[in-house]
Amino acid sequence: MLTQFDPLKGKRLQILDEEGRIVSRKHLPDWADEALVEAYRLMLRARVADDKALQFQRQKRIHTLPVNKGQEAAAVGSALALRPDDWMVQSYRELGAVLQKGGTIRNHLLYFKGSEWGSVHPGHPRLLPLSVPIGSQITHATGIGHAIRYQGGSEVVLCYFGDGGSSQGDFHEGLNWAAVFQCPVVFFCTNNHYAISCPRSKQTASATIAQKAVAYGMPGIQVDGNDLLAVHAATVAAAEHARSGQGPVLIEAFSYRMGPHTTADDPSLYRSKEEEEEWAPRDPLIRMRLHLEGRGLWDAAREEEARAAAAAETDVAMREVDELNETPVDEIFAYQYAQRTAELQRQQAAYEAFLQWKEAR
Amino acid sequence: MPAMNLVQAITSALDYKLADDPKVLVFGEDAGLEGGVFRVTQGLQSKYGERRVFDTPLSESVIMGAGLGMAVAGLRPVLEIQFCGFIYPAMNQLVTHVARMRNRTRGVFTVPLTVRLPYGGGIQALELHSESMEAMLAHVPGLQVVIPSTPYDAKGLLISAIESEDPVLFLEPKKVYRAFRQEVPEEPYRIPLGKASVVQAGTRITLVAYGAMMRVARQAVELAAKEGISVELVDLRSIYPLDSETLLDSVRKTGRLAVLHEGPTSFGVAAEIIARVNEEALYWLEAPPRRITGFDTIMPLPMGEHHYMPTPERVLYELIQLHNTAE
Repeated sequence: MLTQFDPLKGKRLQILDEEGRIVSRKHLPDWADEALVEAYRLMLRARVADDKALQFQRQKRIHTLPVNKGQEAAAVGSALALRPDDWMVQSYRELGAVLQKGGTIRNHLLYFKGSEWGSVHPGHPRLLPLSVPIGSQITHATGIGHAIRYQGGSEVVLCYFGDGGSSQGDFHEGLNWAAVFQCPVVFFCTNNHYAISCPRSKQTASATIAQKAVAYGMPGIQVDGNDLLAVHAATVAAAEHARSGQGPVLIEAFSYRMGPHTTADDPSLYRSKEEEEEWAPRDPLIRMRLHLEGRGLWDAAREEEARAAAAAETDVAMREVDELNETPVDEIFAYQYAQRTAELQRQQAAYEAFLQWKEAR
Repeated sequence: MPAMNLVQAITSALDYKLADDPKVLVFGEDAGLEGGVFRVTQGLQSKYGERRVFDTPLSESVIMGAGLGMAVAGLRPVLEIQFCGFIYPAMNQLVTHVARMRNRTRGVFTVPLTVRLPYGGGIQALELHSESMEAMLAHVPGLQVVIPSTPYDAKGLLISAIESEDPVLFLEPKKVYRAFRQEVPEEPYRIPLGKASVVQAGTRITLVAYGAMMRVARQAVELAAKEGISVELVDLRSIYPLDSETLLDSVRKTGRLAVLHEGPTSFGVAAEIIARVNEEALYWLEAPPRRITGFDTIMPLPMGEHHYMPTPERVLYELIQLHNTAE
């Protein structure tokens, strides 16, 4: 399959059109009805949590955070291709994937309220914390893949980044190394067409990001990133390729950041309403919902029920996080090193003496 | 017991850890087949194979970033950055990820990674091949910075570094790579990180140094003795964690302090040591402390570097000034 969509010839894998009709059966994922519904529910859950998080930020219950809207199919479709023992290396706009990998909405909110515990998920899944320096996480995926190959494991690494990240030196260094050592990594670029305000057209002169794979000596494929089924099919094929010892793959998911970069961003400064309206009907949730409805697997009542459940889960999570107000002083010093250094002990003791003095005053 | 130079002692430590722990991988630019430009890893690839000891693409950032990935996935990478002056492309990975991973995941993911860095001047090298940037590295919370001065210490410190649960920058004084030999046990042994060593007792001045400057310091101490000045010499060995206790004990005894390093003066290791002594032992000081260091200048090219690098005579001069300063 990976060879059938030559990125140099401008091919793009699509399975569902905007009306939710199957346009190509050839690569249709082997999913039972139930799995299709579950995948859609996960996208919906991520969307609702994302929308509500934006409101919580406006209410000052959490701080600045990135917005996921429009990229749910890319995140969920790819993450569902992983086995539980596979690794995930996130960027920071893949909430649906993080939830699939074992992250929680509570932790998402907790991190953006300002606690490191937001990166510590139940059961410690193989999920790295989000990465702030753009593209830098690509090299970590390469290293994890190198370790898997060295240890003779059959796991793969799924690594997310964006079109902006593809301009970083670490994109080059990470993909190059992974190909040289045939590391089992699926490099997943969600091309959402913007790096804050900088459009994809100013990011690279390459016709596609997928075609960059050719130079590194690995397969590359562009998929419709708003098509859950196409994203899933491509990621399954890429993961199989990597798992079987044939080395890394680059996937470009062609998508659109429907919201602002973060809650602090104003897209009206750099893109037109017309452009946003052009993308609106391509919303990945609309397409999948229409598809499920067409197959009799979904209706308005179920939509309402699922949205209400996700909203309630998010509200409960926010209330739980509302209760957490301060990082204890000890925690600030506790996790710098395996053992606290004498100097850290001295600094902590000095600060605690000040706090006691303040208390007694 | 065999006599080894610093290079051989480091090779011996790597050899032991490769044999001891299958999680240890050794890699870097030219570090595999050739054994590195200083031949520190020479013979290790033929002994342990290309999977354990290998050449990487010429990419410092991914050497560091992949090292982090390997460490998070359970390995103990020992990577080589060819020269300290080439670490800058890897600084982003080092500062934003390697140093922070334990803290930002509350200990779930840790980075037991060792970075070997040949550092320092006085070898008439090309530009950016002579830097001594330990203070910059030691300023980053989450990192440990270790600099041996002798073959014996190098082996024991490197084994401890590789076994550490946190990242260690292991700076190797390339000026003394092959300068002298010392008896070094074939068997493994460990020198704890964060412990300085009083290598020579004295009464009038505490002189603190580390790495290649220890050789300069030893010569200066001898010259000073001929002038009738008794100097206590402390080899720092670890820049971070810094062994305040040993330093303070010595200063409380001698009452005078000089710190010697080849890195720039401002915001350097000497500045930190003097600040700690001022905080904890100011009233034991009988004279203002002195910094004997490189300058706040770009490292001069070979025709000028003899002015930059502290010499035994310059150290002697400073020790005499310090000794003659009235209480």
